[in-house]
Amino acid sequence: MVKWTDFERATIQDIFSKIDYDVVGPAALSRCLIVYPWTQRYFGGFGNLYNAAAITSNPKVAAHGKVVLAGLEKAVKNMDDIKTTYKELSVLHSEKLQVDPDNFNLLADCLTIVLAGQMGAAFTPEVHAAFQKFLAVVVASLRKQYL
Amino acid sequence: MFFTAFSRPARTTFPLTAKDKETVKTFWAKISSNGAAIGADALSRMLVVYPQTKTYFSHWKDLSPGSAPVKKHGATVMSGVADAVAKIDDLTAGLLSLSELHAFTLRVDPSNFKILSHNILVVLAIMFPTDFTPEVHVAMDKFLAAVARALSEKYR
Repeated sequence: MVKWTDFERATIQDIFSKIDYDVVGPAALSRCLIVYPWTQRYFGGFGNLYNAAAITSNPKVAAHGKVVLAGLEKAVKNMDDIKTTYKELSVLHSEKLQVDPDNFNLLADCLTIVLAGQMGAAFTPEVHAAFQKFLAVVVASLRKQYL
Repeated sequence: MFFTAFSRPARTTFPLTAKDKETVKTFWAKISSNGAAIGADALSRMLVVYPQTKTYFSHWKDLSPGSAPVKKHGATVMSGVADAVAKIDDLTAGLLSLSELHAFTLRVDPSNFKILSHNILVVLAIMFPTDFTPEVHVAMDKFLAAVARALSEKYR
């Protein structure tokens, strides 16, 4: 079981209580599709992903970004057992969506960069480390059911 | 049969398009005066967020964020990056001696280049939130990956 320090727990709760899911989710997903264009392979039905401007203004990308953040919120609410919380999501990503799990790290990196841009100097090394640990646990839990 | 000689770009810059190079140079011109501060924050952050990287700095008295050795070394690293921007058209040749240094003397595992690059990007997002657009982000990510590749050239 993952052990969280009081600081880590408080930091994650604080971050998620303050961010605007409707801004951060879409920003992170669109950045991922722009910076790592091969991730677009999972979004064939999303319409125009031709260039950065198209991706940033694509309503399906924005909607899906919010879905991703809502999924992350589940982990924030169940920090002591993310593995169990994510069991079905893991099966979904592996069997139905068939996402290469290495892509989870790409989205995680983009989420970190978007958050850093939002928080500015408040995103100290210690806060960054707590967030990185949280994302590492999320990614590991999402990988768990892949066989 | 007539063969036309054509020049091929150096291997490590092959994935950098003309647009990438232009984007990197333009962005760098805006931020280069903050080089030392960027380096210090990126390095501080890396040592805290990815503690396995501390193994390369056991000879420093103080590894805490913003400490004197961290600041000094952050500046050193970023002047290397500045040099790479200037030599963006042939990173392999331009970074030859740095590659030899990392390969034979420092022997830094190349996986760490990716880690430090990520931390540099995080710092750029913090310090330049409006300028660090997705387009600039992808160009800088590609550039730092090309620098890492050039630094790994001499490893084996």
